[in-house]
Amino acid sequence: MLNDITLGQYYPGNSPVHRMDPRCKLLLTVAYIVGVFLIGNLPGYLLALAFLWLVVRVSGIRFSYLLRGLKPLRFILVFTFILNVAFTQGQTVLFAVGFFRLTREALENAIYFSLRLVFLVMGTSVLTLTTSPVQLTDALEHLMHPLARFGFPAHELAMMMTIALRFIPTLLEEADKIQKAQMARGADFESGNLMARARAMIPLLVPLFVSSFRRANDLAMAMEARCYRGGEHRTRLRELRYTRLDFYALLCMIAFFVLIIAEGMLLG
Amino acid sequence: MENRQKENRIITDGLSYRYPEAERDAVSDVALRVRAGEFVCILGHNGSGKSTLAKLFNALYVPTEGTVWVCGMDTKDDELVFDIRQNAGMVFQNPDNQIVATVVEEDVAFGLENNGVPPQEIRVRIDEALAAVGMSERAKKAPHMLSGGQKQRVAIAGVLAMRPSVIILDESTAMLDPSGRAEVMNTVRRLNREEGISIVLITHFMTEAAQADMIYVMDGGKIAMTGTPREVFSQIGRVRALGLDVPPMTALAETLGKAGLPVRPDVLTVEEMVEEVCRLQSKG
Amino acid sequence: MPIAVEGVSYVYMAGSPYETKALDNVNLTIEDGEFVALIGHTGSGKSTLVQHLNGLLSPTSGRVLVDGQDLAQKGTDKRAVRFRVGLVFQYPENQLFEETVEKDIAFGPKNLGLAQEEISRRVKDAMRRVALSYDELSQRSVFELSGGQMRRVAIAGVLAMEPKVLVLDEPCAGLDPHGREEILGLIRRLHAESGTTIVMVSHSMDDVANLAERVIVMDHGTVAMDGTPREVFSRGDRLREMGLDVPQAVELAEALRARGIPVPQGAYLPGEVARAILAFAGKGEEPC
Repeated sequence: MLNDITLGQYYPGNSPVHRMDPRCKLLLTVAYIVGVFLIGNLPGYLLALAFLWLVVRVSGIRFSYLLRGLKPLRFILVFTFILNVAFTQGQTVLFAVGFFRLTREALENAIYFSLRLVFLVMGTSVLTLTTSPVQLTDALEHLMHPLARFGFPAHELAMMMTIALRFIPTLLEEADKIQKAQMARGADFESGNLMARARAMIPLLVPLFVSSFRRANDLAMAMEARCYRGGEHRTRLRELRYTRLDFYALLCMIAFFVLIIAEGMLLG
Repeated sequence: MENRQKENRIITDGLSYRYPEAERDAVSDVALRVRAGEFVCILGHNGSGKSTLAKLFNALYVPTEGTVWVCGMDTKDDELVFDIRQNAGMVFQNPDNQIVATVVEEDVAFGLENNGVPPQEIRVRIDEALAAVGMSERAKKAPHMLSGGQKQRVAIAGVLAMRPSVIILDESTAMLDPSGRAEVMNTVRRLNREEGISIVLITHFMTEAAQADMIYVMDGGKIAMTGTPREVFSQIGRVRALGLDVPPMTALAETLGKAGLPVRPDVLTVEEMVEEVCRLQSKG
Repeated sequence: MPIAVEGVSYVYMAGSPYETKALDNVNLTIEDGEFVALIGHTGSGKSTLVQHLNGLLSPTSGRVLVDGQDLAQKGTDKRAVRFRVGLVFQYPENQLFEETVEKDIAFGPKNLGLAQEEISRRVKDAMRRVALSYDELSQRSVFELSGGQMRRVAIAGVLAMEPKVLVLDEPCAGLDPHGREEILGLIRRLHAESGTTIVMVSHSMDDVANLAERVIVMDHGTVAMDGTPREVFSRGDRLREMGLDVPQAVELAEALRARGIPVPQGAYLPGEVARAILAFAGKGEEPC
């Protein structure tokens, strides 16, 4: 189940999409999502799909891999769909049973909303699949940097993200070890009602918290010993640079916008 | 003073440190020195004040009384803190809790980034540092995919990239398996011999201590014994009374001595023991 | 209560690109009252094997029998097995969580469903075995203790389940010489006084030489050697090939032999080598 989630995973590669500047990728992803929300008819979504397919093609990721990432979302999708069908007011009744009336407007709304969600997830997945968490953090730090002037903790946030990314595997491993150690003492994490199960988590969570605090303490000490003093005057090993690739990508995105706007005006 | 500073990387004088709200000093009236190119080992049972002492060397703690000079800089001087930390690099015990970045080479760059070193220079220095600890091939790897010994070598590289005068290893081998310990010790010894970097090694392993030029044994925050490994370990009774051990060969020399065989009491290694037995033989 | 490991293989993350075979057709039997040391390079499969002994991991193929009972079989109560085969993990102090020492040690017995009286008897007994004073420490917070004390509390937590077999994964890791001595001493007493079967994973060959009656050497997920310390340590070259050390006494014996000094084959304890040296010096044979 956990393996199905493609959102947030990195799929290493060396495609032009991988090589793009992460800032550019991040901004273009945002643009794409805005674009998708502007679309109001099915041909428009076909365009969005075509565009996405093209990007995925260039990135070397299998499209089926991306689709697999939607699987864990199926409940949310169904839920969104039903909610929209049920709560959209409409005139053109297609179908009626008792209280329930299925209108054309509701159906359209439901379909569009679900499609937007699908494109939102797939679009961000393309970003995270082709951009390592490190690059993503860098991009965020750089993009947020101008805000630092107004007291926004851009560097601190990026540092926190980096440290979180660094320690997630360590803590997962540790959680597994502690869980096994408690099971060796007869702890039962699997049976009982909800309350009993929640209570059974205490022997796992307390040690995990204790060790996280110790790790945080150690890490703070180690960072200090290595001359850490916040974001000021700090240089970076990797500097981000926009290249021609990013320019081409920008052109593609502009073309996409032109197409969906033109299509929207033509077909209403 | 100028001359003393050149040949001494670390000097402490009447050094005491008490944790806030503690009843007694964790480090008490310590005077020691670490010379240029010297390999110093600090021994002592848990709670003897070794780790506190290490943190005083790096200006992580500031003395309650007395002074620590690192390359002639007083650690009480706020303006020198970052120079001191650059000169006296620290490697800690837990390999997992001192690596900051998600990629090996970026972690090595961390200290240099903090000190505002230009990116091109960082590149050069991390490549050098990773080569020096034999980790060049893993530069792009994620730290959690490395073994304990490799993680500690990355931590050493991070310190090395800062071009330190002295590296302080605070029980950095304690959590490693024998091959990891050997990796770290070989790296440290080579840096000491070839680059002339002074080493302060804090350890519980007597065989590691036996490789030092000088040993300080801590007890109750004070220095209880000082001397070369031979001088210290040949006093088996005192060493054991301080909650420590001696290298197995030193213990064996004691056994033989008690049985009436005139073996030198300061044998440290297997090779020396073999020589000693043969020497006795050719004499007898 | 013998433990039989029959043709056990274990594959981590099967089907993923990270697939690794941690155990490969392992066969061994641990008899009642044995003191077994399990040694091997990191990644040789020791820790994986150890987790099979009480059913925390189930073999990909093969089976593990505790007292003749197949752990993987449906209907086997794995929890019941865990009370009979106690497992002390590496750095066990990391699992402590209760407010007091007493409560933490009582966690296992409580899970056993024992009566309050029995639980407190066991807590007291376990604390005595690990040489912690009940009166002084039982009501203290576990997080106030020293590292060595915390480790002993964690071991007491497993001992309080009164297992027939005690499996310890590197019980001395990270301790100072004094702490190591304490832990080894209590393991030795437990074996000698209560006849508890001990399986100890260790990286310290000197500790293994001093304590174990039987040494199992793991290499690449297989059992590479299985025998008395004398048998195993007499094959120093093979051990070094596998990236392992030998006790320093063995190293010395080998070096002395190479110089023509007669040290009996298989000598692995410092005392034995010392006797050989004394005998040699006393006899005064030709110089080397």
